[in-house]
Amino acid sequence: MSAGQLPRWVDLGLIPFLNLAAAFLVSGLVVVLIGENPLEAVKILVWGSLGYGEGIGFTLFYATNFIFTGLAVAVAFQAGLFNIGGEGQAYVGGLGVAFACLALDHYVPWYVTLPFAILGSALMGAAWAFIPAWLQATRGSHVVITTIMFNFIAASFMGYLLINVMKKPGSMQSETRTFEDGGRLPFLNDIFPSFGFGYAPVNLSFFVALAACVLVWLLIWRTKLGYEIRAFGQNATAAVYAGMPPVRIIVVTMLISGGLAGMMAINEIMGSQHRLLSDFVTGYGFVGIAVALMGRAHPVGIVFAAILFGMLYQGGAELSFEMPSITRDMIIVIQALVILFAGALEHMFRPTIVRLFTPSRALETKEA
Amino acid sequence: MYEIFSEQILILDSAIRLSVPLLLACLAGLYSERAGVVDIGLEGKMLGAAFGAGAVAYVTGNAWLGLLAGIAVSVALALIHGFASITNRGNQIVSGVAINFLAAGLTAVLGQYWFSRGGKTPPLTDGGRFPEIDFPFAEQMMDVPVLGLIYSELLSGHRLLVYIAFLAVPLTWWILFRTRFGLRLRAVGESPAAVDTAGISVSWLRYRAVIACGILCGFAGSYLSIAISSGFGLNMTAGKGFIALAALIFAKWRPVSAMYTCLLFGYLEAFAINYEGKEIYLIGEVPSQFFQALPYILTVILLAGFIGKAIPPKAAGVPYLKERS
Repeated sequence: MSAGQLPRWVDLGLIPFLNLAAAFLVSGLVVVLIGENPLEAVKILVWGSLGYGEGIGFTLFYATNFIFTGLAVAVAFQAGLFNIGGEGQAYVGGLGVAFACLALDHYVPWYVTLPFAILGSALMGAAWAFIPAWLQATRGSHVVITTIMFNFIAASFMGYLLINVMKKPGSMQSETRTFEDGGRLPFLNDIFPSFGFGYAPVNLSFFVALAACVLVWLLIWRTKLGYEIRAFGQNATAAVYAGMPPVRIIVVTMLISGGLAGMMAINEIMGSQHRLLSDFVTGYGFVGIAVALMGRAHPVGIVFAAILFGMLYQGGAELSFEMPSITRDMIIVIQALVILFAGALEHMFRPTIVRLFTPSRALETKEA
Repeated sequence: MYEIFSEQILILDSAIRLSVPLLLACLAGLYSERAGVVDIGLEGKMLGAAFGAGAVAYVTGNAWLGLLAGIAVSVALALIHGFASITNRGNQIVSGVAINFLAAGLTAVLGQYWFSRGGKTPPLTDGGRFPEIDFPFAEQMMDVPVLGLIYSELLSGHRLLVYIAFLAVPLTWWILFRTRFGLRLRAVGESPAAVDTAGISVSWLRYRAVIACGILCGFAGSYLSIAISSGFGLNMTAGKGFIALAALIFAKWRPVSAMYTCLLFGYLEAFAINYEGKEIYLIGEVPSQFFQALPYILTVILLAGFIGKAIPPKAAGVPYLKERS
């Protein structure tokens, strides 16, 4: 059952659609189990996320996070690496943003701070991915396990820094001081008042995310390094045989991946919270896995998948408001099912589809 | 001197309590990974089991029924993982991530729907919780110097699942290294093709390993909600499944080493709780976050190959494809 047996639209359209449909069907069953009407729930979810300006604003805000973490997972996927450390890399990336903002916000406007924040977050995220990358490349320690470990080390490390070092004096919360205007990205509502985003925190980093998509596309499909990454991911042995250095490819790919995950912090810290606080990542790194899987590790797919998950987050919040018996955790259930059906059970419908799309005569000749 | 001794005994006592869920989950992962199915969903299975046990033990007032429910939930999640990674040959890491999310979401949603306490289950009545077991003469032995403290504080007075956990270690060793099933289970994790050639079903063996993993995770989760505490709390596993995973690697996939590693990690946790904000002799105050991170740091150092080498089962994470096409 090679991929070539199916038309392209089936492979890239129908099968992902079926997987997604199965995930939503099972989610619907959970809603039925709780005694609510699933169709009503879908209506609230779609209205809450796309029905009015502020809802769209929140959807895009969440989508910005998912674009960054999704790209991070996708870049590593292209090299056959599985980076599930996005959670930790984004958390430490927040440190880079906070350094830039805390140092500059009194003196310069936000557009001077922004490049430093981007650089800082990417550097810190990449630094957090470096040790797992280095160990995978030179000592063969599996990057999946080491990145999981680094997620937890990041949580302890940041917890320590926020409580003992960076905490605002006299505050009970473990968070830094609030940034001045020089450390705040403008909200899109202030730039485009006509869209009516209202109080939604969607901000300029949405465009940074889109720019990152274009850059990742250019990198992976239009540069020599990208070619090496893809070749290494398709067949590492052949790539090494062709003279591509495996250590460099693994380390550089993971650094890019960690950097992208770290950049998620720009949206949360500089765009919305305006201070560094504990546990601001709350699962966005893990959702990046689902986004990358659904988006087939391609920037265009990732943008769509990120918006879908943004809708789930925003619509889910609305849902828990309208149907109090369904808590916000329902989003996590839906995410889990999407990861399960679109990721782990990716090939479940495939044999049936292949049978449907193979003309019966072709089968007969093959069997004869 | 005697005070330091008795303090250490108390820390060790709580280390045992803290290491039990790690040990059970670690042994669970051992069965699965030795058979070639990588499982990062230990956390989710424990959480699901903790919820199932807490809910049923509250409703029925019977700890044993709670334990059964915990095991049932965990095995069901394990079978989803098996279906994805054995039957559908899906990515085992992705499936594990999905299981973790599924358990986190469903326990919260169903907990709120059934009990309306923000995801918690109501506190258990006496019958719903496993009681502490006092060894004979534990009271009287208390006054005997040194030995009395070890007997009465350290060994006696734990709950049934603690003793089950430590009995599971020799049992697992015996199953894996002294039975035909164990031999085949290890073989299927190293070279499934060889097992297949011998006419033994790779899928059925791996399914049995995954179910064994589910059962042990069921014990681990039930311990959290109906033994060491009284009822289920949101996300009460709090990363223990991942520490168990780290312990499994640290123990190089061996049962007896797993016990020592889990005791070590449990001791680190107990030590950190005991010395929170206090000066440690000769070292001074060490931030508690350092102790939280220590199991993970140690595991990374081990994985880097600086203290021995951790080599996973050869076929771990690789789906088995019977026929080439």
